[in-house]
Amino acid sequence: MTAEARLGSVANYVDERTGAAAWMKKNLQKVFPDHWSFLLGEVALYSFIILLLSGTFLTFWFDPSQREVIYDGSYEPLEGLKMSAAYASTLHISFEVRGGLLMRQIHHWAALIFMSAIVAHMMRVFFTGAFRKPREGNWIIGIGLLTLGIVEGFLGYSLPDDLLSGTGIRIAEAIIQALPVVGSYLAYFAFGGAFPGEAFIPRIYTVHVLLLPGAFLALITVHLMLVWYQKHTQFPGPGRTEKNVVGYPLMPVYMAKAGGFFFIVFGVTAFLAAVASINPIWLFGPYTPGQITAGSQPDWYMGWLDGLVRMAPPIETHAFGHTISWNILIPGLIIPGILFTGMALYPFIESWITGDKREHHLLDRPRNAPNRTALGAMSLTFVMVTLLNGGNDIIATHFDLSINQIMWGTRFGVLILPPLAFVITKRLCLSLQRADRELVLHGRETGTLLRLPHGEFVEVHEPISPEKAYLLTSHEQAPPLELPAVDGRGVKRAGALRNKLRSRMSVANAEAIPKVSATELKEIEHH
Amino acid sequence: MPDTEVVAQRHEFRSPDSDRKDFVVAVKEGAAAAGLGRRSLIKRSLGAALGLSALSPLILLRDLGPLPGKELEKTTWKTGTHLVTDPGNRRIKASDLEVGAVAQVLPEVEDPEHRQLSDIAKDAVLLIRLRPQEFNLEADRLAMTHDGIIAFSKICSHMGCAVALYEQQTKHLLCPCHQSTFDVTRAAKVIFGPSARPLPQLDITIDNEGYLVARNPFSEPVGPSFWERNSQ
Repeated sequence: MTAEARLGSVANYVDERTGAAAWMKKNLQKVFPDHWSFLLGEVALYSFIILLLSGTFLTFWFDPSQREVIYDGSYEPLEGLKMSAAYASTLHISFEVRGGLLMRQIHHWAALIFMSAIVAHMMRVFFTGAFRKPREGNWIIGIGLLTLGIVEGFLGYSLPDDLLSGTGIRIAEAIIQALPVVGSYLAYFAFGGAFPGEAFIPRIYTVHVLLLPGAFLALITVHLMLVWYQKHTQFPGPGRTEKNVVGYPLMPVYMAKAGGFFFIVFGVTAFLAAVASINPIWLFGPYTPGQITAGSQPDWYMGWLDGLVRMAPPIETHAFGHTISWNILIPGLIIPGILFTGMALYPFIESWITGDKREHHLLDRPRNAPNRTALGAMSLTFVMVTLLNGGNDIIATHFDLSINQIMWGTRFGVLILPPLAFVITKRLCLSLQRADRELVLHGRETGTLLRLPHGEFVEVHEPISPEKAYLLTSHEQAPPLELPAVDGRGVKRAGALRNKLRSRMSVANAEAIPKVSATELKEIEHH
Repeated sequence: MPDTEVVAQRHEFRSPDSDRKDFVVAVKEGAAAAGLGRRSLIKRSLGAALGLSALSPLILLRDLGPLPGKELEKTTWKTGTHLVTDPGNRRIKASDLEVGAVAQVLPEVEDPEHRQLSDIAKDAVLLIRLRPQEFNLEADRLAMTHDGIIAFSKICSHMGCAVALYEQQTKHLLCPCHQSTFDVTRAAKVIFGPSARPLPQLDITIDNEGYLVARNPFSEPVGPSFWERNSQ
């Protein structure tokens, strides 16, 4: 039998039992638009696969137990020390298991890359408006994945039970304990009694290796099925409309690209893990509540939360024999709660402001949605300032600065810089729109100087290509919503305050430099 | 690899009106065939059963841990408990501590080999020795010190980290987690950072043989705040 015949018989076998050929025929030619930023989500997906594989390897030796053991492994500085079995087995993986340290480092690096890729992917989706109808549901799933990722990462680096991660668990316990009314009960339930107890690490192990990965698999599956079914968004350009999708077919182009890209992601992760030490737990020692390492730092996706907690003002309410720790509740629960709820609801908020209920498959260039872009820049600035404060001790020691000044700087910075970022970004977007308009009207500067007969120098402008002119003029510029306070009969409409708010936001959202119109374009052609 | 772009058409997701109508009919017919509309007993008991099963975690998860009771407010320190070194579990005399020195101590227990981490998480105490004239304390707080030695809970009053960084020059204690800073000379008053309460001070004295002992247990709960804590 030839190779082709063998393949044919396999295909026949499968098709007779599933009828897959009809579906495959169509989907192998499925078109995907091409842009580098569409690969960011793929990085997250591939890191997830690396996490599953490397994590499985680690479970073969990791002992998720807080039972006390005396260390007698090959790392001499800890010889004879009392520690938990979890910590001892992590040392064992690092020093005695073949490839164990490499796998641990691959797992940790992949987690950092996973979270970075999720955030980068989310920024791409946000700034291009890809979350608009019909993709609001997938945006919410994405926010769910981001949230689970933060929790999963925290639980993961808490498992080794070293002095650093134990301190992180202590802080998590304090957050639970700070909840009004039920806090100390929930903390005792979570830890099986007083902190640290012996129940927490076995419990979070189950959550880390079973519950959350299961939730990830389910959500990622739905996330990808929706991308497949709803078809990918595309950037605007000649020939690209809301009704079509322009790009390259799955087979062979995307199969090759995606397959190759997995190995690039894996290669980079493995390289990092091989050359860059990460979380050297043997340097920290086993956890004990009476000790601590200076420069305690969480991983970056928790760092901004830690920075928020650090900068919180020292406010507690003491009344009627009860204590409410605002210094924990506000930075630890209330602000993150508002941020994540706002993020999840943003597609609906934006469509409420614009009144736009249509499907969108063409992406926005960020400059053409100045309000949204500015809002994104504002949020990122907020997180950057808090992240900076999350490392204030390290920054202070490395750059010989005062920790108090950094703290005060970020305390004010977190209030002042985000609104400033909003204003600057919005101005920048409008300036870029103005530049686009100039480009369409007057063409590209060629750098060629011309001296006119009467002595004046002018720079020669060259008209831009029709494709480029199309790109710069094809976007929509919707006027703000008209929401009169009174209806046609002069009666005041219900919800006046809400309408006023909506109308104000709509005006701010619709602010734009008028793009070059069709008639203007015609005129240029006549010149 | 082919380098030519391909175009595919998109289709509106909304189903045609006829399909939507048929769908509604199918749902209504299905529901009618099951007779759900008329069987209010079935519907109500189904709803009640689902509602009750949502309450089941209250019972099923109850055994995750014991109730906290007053445990968060108690430590091992009692009147007359000896201060012992950590590590080492040796009793200490005032003379063991030089001016400017810091030591971590724990309450003496019968079986130090099996000291629980959950006890250390509440019992850890930091001893600091200053010159007595360096204190700037109320009389009652000064009486809790012994010969320039002052004792504070080492568990941060913010989120429970070990407050381990002592700056000899300024006599400040700094928590490495969130940088709450406490002034040792003023009974660990918070002078910077997110903590809202001073570190609880342990009342210490010496026994007949000159060993440091607790004169009283902590007068307030140590560590991070919780709802039941009376902080007034």
